[in-house]
Amino acid sequence: MAEEDGVRRRDFINIAAVSAAGVAGVGVVIPLVSQMSASADVLAASSTEVDISSIKPGQAIKAVFRKQPVFVRNLTPKEIAEANAVDAATLRDPQTLGERTKEGKENWLITMGVCTHLGCVPLGAGEGEAKGEFGGYFCPCHGSSYDTAARIRKGPAPKNLEVPEYEFASDTVVKIG
Amino acid sequence: MSFPWANEYQPSHPFMKWMDEKLPLPRLVYNSVGSGYPVPRNLNYFWNFGFLALICLVIQIVTGIVMAMHYAANTAVAFDTVEMTVRDVNWGWLMRYAHANGASAFFVVIYIHIFRGFYYGSYKAPREMVWLLGVVIFLLMMATAFMGYVLPWGQMSFWGAKVITGLFSAIPFVGEPLQQWLLGGFAPDNAALNRFFSLHYLLPFVIVGVVILHIWALHIPGSSNPTGVEVKSESDTVPFYPYYIAKDGWAVGAFGFLFCMMLFFFPNALGHPDNYIPANPMSTPAHIVPEWYFWPFYAVLRAFTQDFFFIPAKLMGVLAMFGAILVWFFLPWLDKSPVRSGSYRPTYKKFFWFGLIPAMLVLFYCGGAPAAEPYVMMSQLAALYYFAHFLIILPVVSAIEKPLPLPYSITEAVLGKDEAAQLAPTAR
Repeated sequence: MAEEDGVRRRDFINIAAVSAAGVAGVGVVIPLVSQMSASADVLAASSTEVDISSIKPGQAIKAVFRKQPVFVRNLTPKEIAEANAVDAATLRDPQTLGERTKEGKENWLITMGVCTHLGCVPLGAGEGEAKGEFGGYFCPCHGSSYDTAARIRKGPAPKNLEVPEYEFASDTVVKIG
Repeated sequence: MSFPWANEYQPSHPFMKWMDEKLPLPRLVYNSVGSGYPVPRNLNYFWNFGFLALICLVIQIVTGIVMAMHYAANTAVAFDTVEMTVRDVNWGWLMRYAHANGASAFFVVIYIHIFRGFYYGSYKAPREMVWLLGVVIFLLMMATAFMGYVLPWGQMSFWGAKVITGLFSAIPFVGEPLQQWLLGGFAPDNAALNRFFSLHYLLPFVIVGVVILHIWALHIPGSSNPTGVEVKSESDTVPFYPYYIAKDGWAVGAFGFLFCMMLFFFPNALGHPDNYIPANPMSTPAHIVPEWYFWPFYAVLRAFTQDFFFIPAKLMGVLAMFGAILVWFFLPWLDKSPVRSGSYRPTYKKFFWFGLIPAMLVLFYCGGAPAAEPYVMMSQLAALYYFAHFLIILPVVSAIEKPLPLPYSITEAVLGKDEAAQLAPTAR
């Protein structure tokens, strides 16, 4: 590098050294940040099979998926009618019951039991628990009420209870995940 | 830096002279908390709380290191190791309850320390940096206390961790991946417990570092005082040692008395019974509340139940909760009044005692109450007032208020006239 370019040898070394240090810095930060993400054993948390044969209409159970609760609920015809009576377009997170269940199995409402506000487990799946004013689930932490399609109707939660990926392995067994 | 009349460190023993040349640590101590640091002579008891906060930090670090010797950060045994520390370890009960109640004591002391700053305008120039570092210390304390509360892995620990990390999921787009990154999983589990333990051990030492900066920044202009009038001459000050060492010592005695009363007679009064139930990810306690020192901010979080234009209610609540503390960073510039002390600001004083303090108390009360009416409405009104105090009332009041006449000097404020001063005998 000639002096007449206005670029001195020192300038080049300076820029090269600082750039190399910057790249090295990023290289060090990547593993340090990434190690905090979910590890392989956590991600391998698999799928869960749930036997639903003993759940009567109007009843619900709590299953475990990825160490979090899943609500499996057998809706009564009245609850299905209540859910369908609402104009989905007016809801905070517009979805119909049909979109949240499998075709032909509209009575099986399968959702995560994790409130979309801050992650509490809503009440309503267990026997005798408060179901809130819309007859679905009620989160005691900050008062979110879900309806019989587990859609958010009142309170601070922004979204409906999440429907996990699942399929019916048979008429009585659901495979979640 | 100090006032020109500050006593100078003059070691007499040959070893201390030798030391002073090689590593002038004794000189630093002498100039920081010894006879070499002149302090306004009129400090009232509210000025003891900085020293008390330091004592609390020491209590927490000492008892915390002991607790860590008996604790195992594993979800299978964490709850049991804490209980075994209390029941089986020699003096373990003392260490555990001193650590748990020490956290509460630390927050009592720090809240008084912060509100002292609010009332007497300690945040104003030339002490803005002292204030900003103080807010940083408070945020670090909150993070440390939160992670510490998770470690016993009881029901409140678990659900507190879930709710607080759930706050981050409110952030648009990156929220959920961020929450999973923080927890190292989909819900609080072993990965989260371990990293919380690691950070809970680390952060107190970060706090020690920021405390050193806080005191360093304080010692450049020197302490503020109840009149808010700056030090003018030597008669306005007394040396830190022996005068304020003695007074702080008295305060430590009084504090120790109250602390021991809590520790020995009401060790669980400030805790929550649900945290004696081991963590259960399948069942949320009917009434999740954080520790009492987070209640005012938790109430702000819950005050937002409606979407605000395009911002979801959840995100609004989270922003407001962090905003409730972040607004303190702007305090030195929101309050434009040249008069520091609330004692000479009749209008500000009214808004302080009848506005800010009641609003904080309402938020405090509602934060511990269930998420139902009338508490939601009360938190909404109080949160609205809280923000109005800082963002509207303070700037307006500081512009239109007519302050009371200030004394000429600290000496005059204490003795009636400036010439009546007698210099404090030094303890050389």
